[in-house]
Parts: sequence; C-alpha cells; structure tokens
Amino acid sequence: MKRSLRPLAATAVIFLIAYAASVLQFPSMLSTRVLGNFLTDNAFLGIAAVGMTFVIISGGIDLSVGAVIGFTGVLVAVLISWLGFHPLLAFVIVLGVAALFGAAMGAAIHYLQVPSFIVTLAGMFLARGGASVITQDSVPINHEFYGALSDLMIRLPGGGRLSFIGLLMIAIFLGGALLAHRTRFGSYVYALGGNPVSALLMGVPVARTTVQIYMLSSVLAALSGIVFSLYTSAGYPLAAVGVELDAISAVVIGGTLLTGGYGFVLGTFVGVMLLGLVQTYIIFDGTLSSWWTKIVIGILLFLFIVLQRIIFAASAPGEEKPEKALV
Amino acid sequence: MKRLHLERLANPQLLALAAVLLINWILFPNFFRITWQDGRLFGSAIDVLNRGAPVAILAIGMTGVIATKGVDLSVGAIMAVCGAVAATMVVAGYPTPIAVIAALGVGVVCGLWNGFLVAVLDIQPIIATLVLMVAGRGIAQLITEGYIVTFNDPTLIFIGTGSLLGFPMAAVIALVLMILVTLVVKRTAIGLFIQAIGVNRSAASLAGINSRMLLMLVYGLSGFCAAIAGILVAADIRGADANNSGLWLELDAILAVVIGGTSLLGGKFSIPLAVVGAIIIQAMNTGILVSGFRPEFNLIVKAGMIILILMLQSPLVGSAIGFFRRDDKRVVSK
Repeated sequence: MKRSLRPLAATAVIFLIAYAASVLQFPSMLSTRVLGNFLTDNAFLGIAAVGMTFVIISGGIDLSVGAVIGFTGVLVAVLISWLGFHPLLAFVIVLGVAALFGAAMGAAIHYLQVPSFIVTLAGMFLARGGASVITQDSVPINHEFYGALSDLMIRLPGGGRLSFIGLLMIAIFLGGALLAHRTRFGSYVYALGGNPVSALLMGVPVARTTVQIYMLSSVLAALSGIVFSLYTSAGYPLAAVGVELDAISAVVIGGTLLTGGYGFVLGTFVGVMLLGLVQTYIIFDGTLSSWWTKIVIGILLFLFIVLQRIIFAASAPGEEKPEKALV
Repeated sequence: MKRLHLERLANPQLLALAAVLLINWILFPNFFRITWQDGRLFGSAIDVLNRGAPVAILAIGMTGVIATKGVDLSVGAIMAVCGAVAATMVVAGYPTPIAVIAALGVGVVCGLWNGFLVAVLDIQPIIATLVLMVAGRGIAQLITEGYIVTFNDPTLIFIGTGSLLGFPMAAVIALVLMILVTLVVKRTAIGLFIQAIGVNRSAASLAGINSRMLLMLVYGLSGFCAAIAGILVAADIRGADANNSGLWLELDAILAVVIGGTSLLGGKFSIPLAVVGAIIIQAMNTGILVSGFRPEFNLIVKAGMIILILMLQSPLVGSAIGFFRRDDKRVVSK
C-alpha cells in the first residue's frame, strides 16, 4: 500500500474497530436504524466538512463555516416564514448570497495577501453578527414543502430510515470526491496546497481558484445551513456555533494533511462518521457526560496529527512529492 | 516591506483609540465622568479598563506567540480550565494562594503542551492549539463536574473585583504584567530571538538560537496569561463557568494583537500596542452598549474593523513591488 494512503487506512481501521467494540457492548448499535440516524444526525456537519476539505487541501482554513450555517438558517426561516417565499426560491437566494460571501472572502485572501485565518475570522463575525441583527430568536418554519422534504426518506429493513438529508450528504461527498480527484479545478486545488509558487509558475489560475475554493466552502456551508434548518425546522442565529471546529477535526481525522496539498474527500466522510460514533456511543452509554465528547475528539485529533507527522516525517523527501501530486 | 509600511502608519493604534473614545464621548457625554466612591474610581472609562483587562492579558501572551509566526487558539479553553481549577480547589477548602498557584501552574502546563506540539513535534500552531481548544472545555467541565462552581472566598473575589489605589484590580494586574513582560522582552535578547524565529525559524536555529526552548517559553507564557485571565473572569462572577468562561476570547485576543500592529507573518511585534488594541476593542464594546445599540452590532463592528485593518496593511495600498514581495511571504506563512 502507498505510504500516503496510511492515514486514510488508519482512520477507516480505527472506525471499524471502534464500531465493532461499540457493537460488542451494545448489540443494538448494529441496526439500520442507528446507521440511518448516523447519516441524518451528521448530515449538516458532513456537508460543511466537504467544503472544509477543499479549503484545507488548498492550504487555507475557513473559520466562518459555523456562522454561515447559522446565518443561512435564519435567512431561510425569515424568507419563508416572514416574507412568504417558496422554500425553493429561498434556497436559491441563500445559496447565491453565500456564493457572493465566499467569493468576497476568497478575493480578500488573494488580493489583500492576508492569511485565510484572519479573513474568515472577519467573515465569521460578520455572518454571526448579521444573523443576530436579523433576529435574536428562533424563527420556526411551518411550510408544507418543508415538512414533506424532512419526511422524505427511504425505509430500510429493520426499522432504519435513510432520510433525504442523509442521502444529500452522501451525494455531496461523492460529488466532492469527483470534483477533487477527477476535474481540473481539483488538480488546481491540490497544486495550490502543495506549493503556491510552483502552482503559479505552472499556470494555475491562482486568483480564480482561490475565489472558487472559498465560494465552494461557503455554498456548502449554506447548504449545510439549509439541511440544519430542515433538521430542526427553524432558524436560530446561534445555531451551529463551533461547527467549524468539528469540521476541521473531521477533515484532519480523515487523513487530510493540514499543510495542504494532500487529502481525500472520502477520508473526511470516515472522519465525520467517527465523530458521530463518539457521540452515539456516549448517548448509548448513558453514564458518560456529554463533555467526554469534546475530550475524546481532542484526543482523536491529537492522535491523527501525530500519526500524520510520523508517516510524513518517515517518508523520504523525494518519496513524498510525487504522491502529493496524486490527483 | 511590511516593516516599512507599518512605520509609515506611525502608531495608528493610539489615533484609533482616540477616535473610538471621541465617538463614545459624543454618543455618551458622561463617558469620561469619573467619580470616587467607596475608595475606588467609578465611571465608564474605568469600566473599559476593567472589562478590557482579560483580553489585554491574553493579548500579552498572544503577541509573543504571533511574533513567532504562530497562533494560540486554546487560550479561551485554558481560561475555562484554570478558572475551574481555582474555583474547585477553593471550594474544596485549599488556601487561596495554593489554589491560585495551582491554577497558574495548570495554565503553564497547558501552554507548554502547546509548545511541545509546535516546537518538538513540529505541528502547525493553528492545529496544535486546536487540540486543546476542542478538548479544553471538556476538561474544564470534567473538573467542575458540569456545574458552575460558585465560591465566596474573599481573597479570590478581591482579585477579581477589588481595587488598588482606586483602580480595578484586574486593570492593575494587566498593567503590571504588561510592564514586566515588555521589560523582559525588550531589555534582554529574548525579544530579538522571538523576532528571529518569526522571520525564519530555520535560519534562527542555524544562527544558534535554541528555537525549541524559546517556542516552549512563548507558548508557556501564553498559557500563563490565559490562566491569569481565567482566574480574573472566574473571580469576577464568583464562579467558574466551564462552558462560557473565555468563550471566543481567543479571537478577541488575536484581533487585539493584530490591531496592535503585530504582523501575522511573524517578526514584528509590540506588547503595549496589543494592550492598546484590547482597550480599543473594549471601548467599542462599551460604546455600543452605552449608546443603546444592541450588543449584536459588536460582531459586525469587529468584522468591519478587521476588514479596515486588512485594507490598511494590504499591498494594494502599498506599492506594486510590495505586491510581489508579499506574495512570496504569504507562501511561507501559509
């Protein structure tokens, strides 16, 4: 096996072992119901994490994801419940707003030459503040189309339900994987993360790609906000606080290198599932308090970062480069 | 290029502070009215100093970290952990000095842990400190067992709400810490070493600077500052709130440091100006509150402020040559 595939393999193996251990303790965890809920409960995180994967592969970071999810939820709720828009029209509007927002951040990062960290921090304040200024309270969404969409699901044998939002997340992951590994844009993203100077010299349109990356991240965050509003049937300005940290954790645990240039979209999927497993296990156990979730995620994060260090430090410099270009 | 550029701006921080204070004064004519009551000073301006102290203290530690081209995202979580340690120990009956020293010690250990990840394991600072940012609040909740631990210890409460010569204790602590750290950094070669690491860590190491040791020191200081801020915040509300103590303060601290003119690309830093940055942020917060706007506008004003600073520092404002120079730098600092 390629050395560079090891972080991904390690994540998958750890997930399987952890899942098997959980099933041994609680046999009911091995049911389509739990697996279906896995997908539904983590759909919004997964969709946001796909965008984060692209950002991190390109060598940047996007702290505005959670705030954009909150803002989108509020905007959708306000458009539907207060202004009487049809949900589909509302979706188009918020996705458009998010695209502009992401494009502005990407442009600022490229043209002002500032670290993505600080630009997306401003974006985070702006989106969260904007949402809180629109409304302080939770705005419920009572539209029949919304109800129909959240009830849309495929029933599995054994009482499991594959909900619309769970399927949407899987579709986004597959689409993201294709985009990353099979398109020109994908190769640009990897090239930019590997080495921006060589990317520029090789003729990668750095400005356009940077703008597109952050646009993608914001649009997916907005989609995640829509999914979150479907999940909760409401828009709340303080929803999804700190989701960017979960998304970054999922991306790292999924084997994407934080220095950029290397990573897998499908690895992020395993990362999201592993985070979901931690939460589900703690709920099943019942005696562990919710704060253990944070500690376990922190420990996992640490383990995977160290794992990456060991694997990439062990590979000879000449060996690492060609694999980075793996597209 | 950057250094030249910032020198040209000639200390815009104090001008900005003056502008914010002026706006506050126009919106709220009593802003500068200070009264003497019960042996201490009262007034909005004093309140700015008092409320701004935790972020100012965080900013002191954060300046060192950012000067080495790093960032410490975990300070908010460390605040929660240290507040929790101090509160639970006092409640458990330990003498206050021991509780405070233990909390400070825990802060230093947390900082050294970050430093270990960054300096020895060579992990990107943003990610290395993310580990503790995520896990820290869980640890704090573990210590407080999920409750808000309240206490009545007079010494600890004095640290948070007492006053010295009429000035709030928190502001006095921040001032003393700022002077001490600035003296140590500026009167010894440590400041120079920190700058050297920020500009080019490999070059600094080759020149004989023990960069590992220094990075550990810088992150340890950041943890120590976070511990002080955590104790202050806990003492202020007479309780340790693991969920909300220091929440998002790391971002405020980073913003204060950036406002203070410290370059995120490493190499240039100023501790007193970072403290001024923290006071600017707090003056804006207070201004928004006293002028009757909703506190949510705070976030938007902060965002506007970051955008403004980025524009001011951007190479577009500088020369075309600066554009390409900075392009190279950004690559390195990624």
